[in-house]
Amino acid sequence: MKKYSIFSLLRNSINFHQDWQKAWRSPDPKSCYDVIIIGGGGHGLATAYYLAKEHGITNVAVLEKGWLGGGNTGRNTTIIRSNYLWDESAALYEKSLQLFEGLSQDLNYNIMLSQRGVLNLAHNLHDLREINRRVNAIRLNGIDSEFLNVNQIKAFIPIINISRKIRYPILGASLQRRGGVARHDAVAWGFARAGDARGVDIIQNCEVTGIVHEKGRVSGVETTKGFIGAKKLGIVVAGHSTVLAGMAGLRLPIQSYPLQAMVSEPIKPIINCVVMSNAVHCYVSQSDKGELVLGAGIDSYNSYGQRGSLNVIEDQLAALCELFPLFSRLRLIRQWGGIVDTSPDASPIISKTPIDGLYLNCGWGTGGFKATPGSGWVFAHTIATDQPHELNAPFRLERFTSGALIDEHGAAAVAH
Amino acid sequence: MLVIECPWCGPRSEEEFTNGGEAHIKRPSKPSALSDEEWADYVFMRKNTKGIFLERWSHSSGCRRWFNAARNTITNEIAAIYHINEKPPKEIS
Repeated sequence: MKKYSIFSLLRNSINFHQDWQKAWRSPDPKSCYDVIIIGGGGHGLATAYYLAKEHGITNVAVLEKGWLGGGNTGRNTTIIRSNYLWDESAALYEKSLQLFEGLSQDLNYNIMLSQRGVLNLAHNLHDLREINRRVNAIRLNGIDSEFLNVNQIKAFIPIINISRKIRYPILGASLQRRGGVARHDAVAWGFARAGDARGVDIIQNCEVTGIVHEKGRVSGVETTKGFIGAKKLGIVVAGHSTVLAGMAGLRLPIQSYPLQAMVSEPIKPIINCVVMSNAVHCYVSQSDKGELVLGAGIDSYNSYGQRGSLNVIEDQLAALCELFPLFSRLRLIRQWGGIVDTSPDASPIISKTPIDGLYLNCGWGTGGFKATPGSGWVFAHTIATDQPHELNAPFRLERFTSGALIDEHGAAAVAH
Repeated sequence: MLVIECPWCGPRSEEEFTNGGEAHIKRPSKPSALSDEEWADYVFMRKNTKGIFLERWSHSSGCRRWFNAARNTITNEIAAIYHINEKPPKEIS
């Protein structure tokens, strides 16, 4: 892999950009791998990268049924934060945020991380108490978080509407200054390129059609490119987790829902942070291209169609226009949906399974992007050592039997 | 947006309805005899069918009555709507 640097940019610009090396190879699958990761999104690619980097396991393939990062990795609203209430979640998401902070250097790929601050608004007395409790809990875990009153919010983001006469007036907010956004495609591409450089085979347009296991142990996968043998198998497929787990005869507490997002026409820089509101369910930030990136909620019914209902968007845009009346004249230019894998306690499952050599990473629901490097890091540890890292030990599949749930509904600063 | 045909009120917008998740889940007849695994299965494990899915809906902003539906979760097409006490139509199950 040729290193990207200011000199390589200069050299190639003189040469009219004719000689850039391909970012990763497109090999044919080998007959057998030490580890196969199903799912070429951010989490799967990060897992493969950390298997190679941290554990020296390089005989690894990532199988992707479409193209890299074409699922939820390319459909999210790119928000990164670690302001979670419970200790288990805080530790996991904070690990991820810390990895994000060094990721561009680590991968030699600019992921365009921008720690511009994430603001979570309170609209009623209960929100205020909840946010104060959460700010304190987060600070006790050594993570930055602070409370802003209405005047401080107005100073931080001057275009926001702090009128007391609107339906859901703003009463306060929590702020995580280290939170922000990153370029979602770049995260997938950076992990793919760096993983490929360490020997990981990335195989696109290769859909898994069956999981082969005998006597409680996996031996490989049936795919559209034929049988591929594997000693260990990791399923990291978000919305299709139950479909893949079903191929191995497992039942999961996962439901798949459409989650929608949209962007406005591009405008000059106007909003300098990420604003999220749980009560009116709206989140907004501005991309480097100038588009407002807007997130809506999930639909009320489960679905695999990558589109959502109009009423969800209507509610979200009504909330946006009340918080920022000056956005009311903006036009939307794109809208899309992704299929998210929600779990009963709004926390992920990063776990071994009853089948030897089969590992599961799912249940990230509406908030997986922020966890991409951390998820890959702990999942690589789980696969390589056949036991969970202490960071993901609480996120086992067995917690639904033992009852030790990590209930992040609403506590995660935004409703899941 | 879905248009759902309530058996009592006729076709109405999806916004008037509440989705009740998977249909035909039986409450355990002997709750005290269940193991932890069986409880976990009853409380948390659900079908997440890609294809025809049998589910419950409530017309919560209308007549407030419950009914069952068979919906294709890929196209969102509703193949059948039937009474809450009924089994799914034969051509579907």
